[in-house]
Amino acid sequence: MEISDRVRAGDVRAMARLISLIENGFPEATSALKGLYPFTGQAFIVGITGPPGSGKSTLTDQLTQEFRRHGRTIGIVAVDPTSPFTGGAILADRIRMQRHSLDGGVFIRSMATRGHLGGLAKATNDVVNVLDAAGKEVIFIETVGVGQDEVEVVKTAHTSIVVTVPGLGDDIQAIKAGILEIADIFVVNKADREGADKTVAELKAMMALGPGRSDWSPPIFKTVAIEEEGIVELAQGILAHQAHLDQAGVRQERQRERSHALFLELLQERVTRRLLERAAANGILEQTIERIAHRDLDPYSAVDEFLEKAGF
Amino acid sequence: MVEERKIRVLVAKPGLDGHDRGAKVIARAFRDAGFEVIYTGLRQTPEMIVSAAIQEDVDAVGVSCLSGAHMYLFPRIVQLLRERGADDVLVFGGGTIPDEDIPKLREAGIAEIFTPGTPTSVAIDFVRNRAGRDRK
Repeated sequence: MEISDRVRAGDVRAMARLISLIENGFPEATSALKGLYPFTGQAFIVGITGPPGSGKSTLTDQLTQEFRRHGRTIGIVAVDPTSPFTGGAILADRIRMQRHSLDGGVFIRSMATRGHLGGLAKATNDVVNVLDAAGKEVIFIETVGVGQDEVEVVKTAHTSIVVTVPGLGDDIQAIKAGILEIADIFVVNKADREGADKTVAELKAMMALGPGRSDWSPPIFKTVAIEEEGIVELAQGILAHQAHLDQAGVRQERQRERSHALFLELLQERVTRRLLERAAANGILEQTIERIAHRDLDPYSAVDEFLEKAGF
Repeated sequence: MVEERKIRVLVAKPGLDGHDRGAKVIARAFRDAGFEVIYTGLRQTPEMIVSAAIQEDVDAVGVSCLSGAHMYLFPRIVQLLRERGADDVLVFGGGTIPDEDIPKLREAGIAEIFTPGTPTSVAIDFVRNRAGRDRK
């Protein structure tokens, strides 16, 4: 049986192995993904992002528990950073989720960023497609601990949850562009700590400043994930956003944006690779770089020349 | 573009003792050797470890035990991997293991035992040489 058929049948080993093939960029991964694509688009995808230590893994664990209680099957992609020096990584998000390891309705995969910026691993989208095609109904993507600008998760997720904790900084931090703008839902976790109400007030004030989004006003939930507090409400908040997306037709719009981004990304990668392979083979790449380095040629004209020769 | 295949290792602490320093030291050393290390933390049952190893598609599982229960826990992990068709996953162990137990553990399918004082480089070389060799 083909690996894609085994994935569709929910074979855990096949799913795990295909994800490795994808991560390692093996060609057989692409052919399997081609076969699986028609069966994707069923899952509801929830992104969970926020700074390191804000409780993303614990929230993911608790939300998994809550959705399992209602019989939904779950896929989890948990991303941790790769060391820029050694290429190694310690992927430790599972520590908080191990109680689900024996539940056949939950598949958890840890991924390292492998140098990819933006808060996700490069292969995240493809891995989500594997889990989707395997029939997982809700897929959680837990990003690396992010700062202010790693917002890539919004391109993949239907619902993006931004997690923060009390006491991270004054209210100016909250007006900054980037991460706070992508939230469909805010979570103030560790809300038993001092300053939780202040953080909620600051988020509200920040949202009141801007023109806001006409269609959806991001709710703010207070949770103490480790004590299971506020989880039921948060899960209902996710479902409410899902209902909103379906009603407003926004989900199709997001699906279109996601397809657009995916196609451009793949195209860019393939075109660049082919061009470079050809240029490297006939020595043009090396010559061009030499000329730029010696100031015989400027890089802008070099690109023009290069593309012209390639027939563009 | 075929990238270099990453070595993935699960480092786990089965059983009830809470001494995870050794496991953390080895996890860190593996990271520095360029491996991707999935760390699952304390008090894991063999069933939980094997399930995680399969989902994470690791090349090797390193288990550390200082409670004395290694003669049950380590072979059980090997057995469960075999039952699930994942006998190509390399299993090695560490911790306070008496010398006389080591041959029996080898016989049960544990590829290597690293006792206290083993330099981390020995474990790294071992995994690098053996990981994925029998990958199905």
